[in-house]
Amino acid sequence: MRGARFLTRRRGVAGSGRGWHWTDIATWVWLVGGTVLMFGPAVWLVLSSFKTPAALAEFPPTILPYAQQTMEIDGRERPLFTVTTPDGTTQTMAELRRVGIVAQMVDPAAPEAEPLRVNIAEREPLREIAFATSNYTEPFLRFDFWRFFRNSVFVTVVATALTLLTNSMAAFALSKYDFRGRNAVMLLIIATLMVPLSVILVPLYSVVSAVGLLDTLWGVILPTIATPTGVFLLRQYMLTIPDELLEAARMDHASEWQIYWRIVLPLAAPALAVLAIFSVVWRWNDFLWPLVVLTSTRNYTLQIGLNSYAGELNVQWHYILAMTVAAIVPVVLVFVFLQRFITSGIASAGLK
Amino acid sequence: MSLGARVGAAATAPLRALAAALDPAMRGWQRLAGRGGMIGLFLLPNLAIFTIFVLVPIGLNVAYSMTGGAQVFLADRPFVGGEQYARLLECENHLRPRTCRDDTFWTAVWNTARFVVLQVGLMTGAALVTALILNRSLPAKGFWRAVFFFPVLLSPVVVGLIWRWILQRQGLANLVMVEGGLEPVNWLVDRFWAFAAAVGVSVWAHLGFYALILLAGLQAIPKDLYEAAEMDGTRPWRVFRRITLPLLTPNLAVVVVLALIRAVQIFDEAYVLTGGGPGTATMFLTQYIYETGFASPVRNPGLAAAASILMAGVLVVLTLLRLSRQRRAAQR
Amino acid sequence: MTRIWTAIAAVTMGTALGSAALAGDVRIMWYSDGNEGEVMEDLVARFRADHPEINLTLENVAYQVIKEQLPIQLAAGEGPDIARITDLKKEAPHFLDLTPYLRDPDYWRENFGAQLDWMRPDRTDIIPGFMTQLTLTGGFANATLFEQAGVPLPGPEATWDEWVEAAARVAESQQLEAAIAIDRSGHRITGPMISEGAKLIGEDGMPAPLDDAARGFLTKLIGWTEDGRNLRDVWVSAAGATYRPAADEFINATVPYYYAGSWQVANLSATVGDAFDWVATGSPCGVAGCTGIPGGAALVAIRSTPNPEEVATVMEWFAQEDIVREFSERTLFLPAHKAVVEKGGLDFQTDDENARAALNAFVAATGQLTEEAQRIPAWTPASDVYAALAKRLGEAMAGELSTEDALARIDSDIAEAMTAAAQ
Repeated sequence: MRGARFLTRRRGVAGSGRGWHWTDIATWVWLVGGTVLMFGPAVWLVLSSFKTPAALAEFPPTILPYAQQTMEIDGRERPLFTVTTPDGTTQTMAELRRVGIVAQMVDPAAPEAEPLRVNIAEREPLREIAFATSNYTEPFLRFDFWRFFRNSVFVTVVATALTLLTNSMAAFALSKYDFRGRNAVMLLIIATLMVPLSVILVPLYSVVSAVGLLDTLWGVILPTIATPTGVFLLRQYMLTIPDELLEAARMDHASEWQIYWRIVLPLAAPALAVLAIFSVVWRWNDFLWPLVVLTSTRNYTLQIGLNSYAGELNVQWHYILAMTVAAIVPVVLVFVFLQRFITSGIASAGLK
Repeated sequence: MSLGARVGAAATAPLRALAAALDPAMRGWQRLAGRGGMIGLFLLPNLAIFTIFVLVPIGLNVAYSMTGGAQVFLADRPFVGGEQYARLLECENHLRPRTCRDDTFWTAVWNTARFVVLQVGLMTGAALVTALILNRSLPAKGFWRAVFFFPVLLSPVVVGLIWRWILQRQGLANLVMVEGGLEPVNWLVDRFWAFAAAVGVSVWAHLGFYALILLAGLQAIPKDLYEAAEMDGTRPWRVFRRITLPLLTPNLAVVVVLALIRAVQIFDEAYVLTGGGPGTATMFLTQYIYETGFASPVRNPGLAAAASILMAGVLVVLTLLRLSRQRRAAQR
Repeated sequence: MTRIWTAIAAVTMGTALGSAALAGDVRIMWYSDGNEGEVMEDLVARFRADHPEINLTLENVAYQVIKEQLPIQLAAGEGPDIARITDLKKEAPHFLDLTPYLRDPDYWRENFGAQLDWMRPDRTDIIPGFMTQLTLTGGFANATLFEQAGVPLPGPEATWDEWVEAAARVAESQQLEAAIAIDRSGHRITGPMISEGAKLIGEDGMPAPLDDAARGFLTKLIGWTEDGRNLRDVWVSAAGATYRPAADEFINATVPYYYAGSWQVANLSATVGDAFDWVATGSPCGVAGCTGIPGGAALVAIRSTPNPEEVATVMEWFAQEDIVREFSERTLFLPAHKAVVEKGGLDFQTDDENARAALNAFVAATGQLTEEAQRIPAWTPASDVYAALAKRLGEAMAGELSTEDALARIDSDIAEAMTAAAQ
């Protein structure tokens, strides 16, 4: 226990435990700075996703989403401004029309009065906080959001289940049996760890096309499930399971398949759970490969469906930002619920 | 039951149910084919899928690299032999990409090399510092761990998008600069800053994962070693160098290897963030291959395949070197 | 936990069973730059009411899908039945000839004939579809900024140098980032090069090496970037042939002059709003003319469709005169339909006087097209030339290549692309 304290307590002046040693300050600087750096961007994304297109284009940007206030005069919505009058006072006025750099403005309290001619340099828009929720509602109304969501769930669940099954079987064979060619198989798997998908896109496409899986969800699922990472991770973990357990079971006439699912699978549960979580996150986030394989909208996954706001000539940032937020919400929810397990699980189970 | 075990059990429950259902059939198969047959059966599904969707495409890639034209399917493509390789390798001076026939390829090669060294170095350092700090006694430990881990869950496309949104000329980063009384910087248009951003964003996105691996290593170091050191009045820096670092080496090695593999493949984040610019300052190998073979208006799948074979060749040689050195170290 | 698994299993099964395709379907693959997707959805709903026997679906996709995935799908015979495409000449071999299925092919030849060459393989006379909109490259000026700076807007005969010089005076007086901005695209700078007298199309129909006029304009453009008058960000912010629009810079009043094209009108109208007055200026002049480059997107039938008759019915419906007129009026696109253009009087649905004036300015600018510029849309190697221009100019502007090297690389890139295409 004293050792733990030695490591972790505030060091303080001359190790007395009182006062602040530089390492304490460094720790808190790192933690607080880290929090700002890690969370800040996400918060900024969420806030930006509620801005109108005009507000998104402005610099300096505001932290919160603002929109110009308007007021109805003569049956039309007129924008409100704070005007600096020639005598130096400021006044709230509504704009009737603007020609060049001169605007005709009236006092909203007395709209019938003669309009005042104001140089546009002498006024500031009057604004209030407003969340442009239409960035979210408009795409959702236009899309078959529910279908995209179902497709994404299907891909994620089926791919994860198959990944766990095939990878754990292979890892079991590679860790618990001695057979000729085992090292060759292992080496092959490790070597392909290094080949990213984007590099074999064209040949992989022609393979998937040849087996008739283009534009199907299975065409998205199958190429992803034989992950070398999964086999590698599970094998490393299964190597730590003592062989005596297996031998004892064989004495009791257990079949090899039973040894696999009754003994090894439960013991490897922590590693399987980590692989499951990563597989869910990977498959949920997959973008490039589904984009290549899926051609009709009814088969689109969420990530692909939400991407359709990138035009040829213009990018509709307000929709893109909102849809980005919508796509990461499920992942964040999973994380909030399983946070403690995910972080401790990776640390303890992932790499022994 | 701990939370971890419960989630583990829940996640594997359907898997075990499936396995149980297959049990009678498997018993029959074992009687028929013996234990060797069972080994084959365990390997079969994974290897079959692996062969069809990984090995065959890699093999096809070799064939593609020896063909020309823009056609997608191998059968339609004319054979050109080693022409694509010759085009890639033709250089007056390989260290100066602009003297090469395909200058973009060599720019990408050297950019990737620089990126890998910088990113892996920085990330390992930052992950180590983070792990050491998270290993101290802190209030709300779980929260701090979550803080650093959370970006790992975001897709690379989202990571690139968020940071592009922040680093653009009129983004949050420059707002902070202006508020702080500094000149705004055009982050993504300046060669130095754009490269730094590509490295930094990639560290941001993956740091948490590696910090957790190192944290596990730190927690596995026996506490009595530190107690003994304290009795001897050893200085903390010495403790770190003599106890912490050596005992953390296996985890550090894992971190470095995994980070290297990821860094070489850098694509999505950087592609969304900088698009390879300014100029070609952040053009990396995978982007070159993707654009050449797939996304460019001037598609050339053969050239892309040749580039990927060269890339894979270098990687495999590096891995084998490492493995053999490891083996020699283990024998000693 | 069991309940969660049951729910997931239910969703999963539902999806597995629910995705079988029906025979007789017609799928349109569609991308949007503005509100045209919504307008199309309205029209598709009306088509369904007219033709309940055809199950027409509109698939909204990102432009990236049209540009990167669709060509591969077409090569694999896996494409949709109809698609909205911009790289027409390259994909032309995959288009369906509608002639035998159309009730009145002459209606098509009459009204869409001027652009049919843009979307059919060389030396054929097939009718694969029609242009959903015509576009023309051209400039926009921030009239309010010019007025504030007290600089008069250059007239219709003004040259590129005069525009840049005037915009630079505005930028200096109003303390702006730069004088002009041009989209990062080889297509955008082709018009200016031709205006200066460049001949891009060689005698044999293949790309000619850059001539003195082309080199002159490109050198000038790199010079404007180096001295800060052309906004550097747009061009150096990506590598390769990647397209980057500079519209946000103009909308945000970072630059007083912006060279893009007619498709920006709707976007500017929506985002600039009342912030400043903007005018479309047509294309600045050179010694050989004041030309922009015409182009646009077409709705084309795809050859691999199993239902060519239904596809023709759909195409005929959308090519009707009143539908084309309505589509243009609601999307603020320039129509390609001859009768619609000749009758004129399009009632563009906008309150924005700037937008109306700009659309008319673009219609007027079509009279300025030179012969070379009009050949470009039907010229197959154009996209290869554009790619080389964008890539190498970007590198030169980023300071990686000297102007001389960049120009040489443009020629050699185009030559490599031609060799590869010939294989």
